[in-house]
Amino acid sequence: MAQTSSRLDALATLATLGSGLLFGFGLAWSTMIRPESVLDFLTFADLGLLFVLGSAVGINLLVYQLVPRWLGRTLLGGAFQQRPFTLDRSALLGGILFGIGWGICGVCPGPALAGLGAGNADLLIALAGIFAGALLHGLWAGRSARTAG
Amino acid sequence: MGLGVALLYVATGRPGGVSTFFSSSWSWLLNTPFFRQAAFLESRRWRVVYALGLLLGGGLYVMLGMSVEASHIPAWKLAIGGLLIGFGARLGGGCTSGHGICGMAALSGGSFLMVITFLGAGIVTASLLKWLGV
Repeated sequence: MAQTSSRLDALATLATLGSGLLFGFGLAWSTMIRPESVLDFLTFADLGLLFVLGSAVGINLLVYQLVPRWLGRTLLGGAFQQRPFTLDRSALLGGILFGIGWGICGVCPGPALAGLGAGNADLLIALAGIFAGALLHGLWAGRSARTAG
Repeated sequence: MGLGVALLYVATGRPGGVSTFFSSSWSWLLNTPFFRQAAFLESRRWRVVYALGLLLGGGLYVMLGMSVEASHIPAWKLAIGGLLIGFGARLGGGCTSGHGICGMAALSGGSFLMVITFLGAGIVTASLLKWLGV
């Protein structure tokens, strides 16, 4: 029993690595790893990425809506997880800050990783910024939770 | 790229948002209650593997000899933009992959609003900077 579960763990790790790899490859292929193409998209100079995002959402819309109904369990036997999210004022503020950052540098978390893998070392600066931003958020959120509680 | 997120969900049931990686990874270094929350501790391992996959995916693309155009974004933009992205994505509960792909695919109304919010803010910011010539 323990052996099967460790084999499943290994398979899940492999599937996760493979998913990341496909995702990263796709981001590179669609030129989304290049901040300039994202900025061209945001300034309406080139709307090609709309098609990229549209097809990514389209495929996943089918998968997220249909596969749990067909299979019940995941291929590796686990449960389909829900994204934990509640929309509130601070989430919207987060969205605005994220959008401003996105508009300044044309980078978002996935393409920053894939772009670094593709050899754009400048993106280390952006990744350091993202890590620092997440750290600040965690320290700030931890503090305000303590004062509220 | 849509297929990667789809594979992750079909095989493991994990919604493939990327930005939580940047918070959950701090749980290895920091002991504050926020960073030690169960959601981070339980997912931090696969999130590192997923991030590694993204890096390798970009690397594979280059190794196959497919072309990547050089990018010339000034360092200050990457630094300030990165900081805002990291803080904003965590406060907003997700980024382009989390809300934009997984959330919309799950038909989450909140995620639709978030996408409209950051897309709007991104368009305004990028257009303003372009107009100013910065």
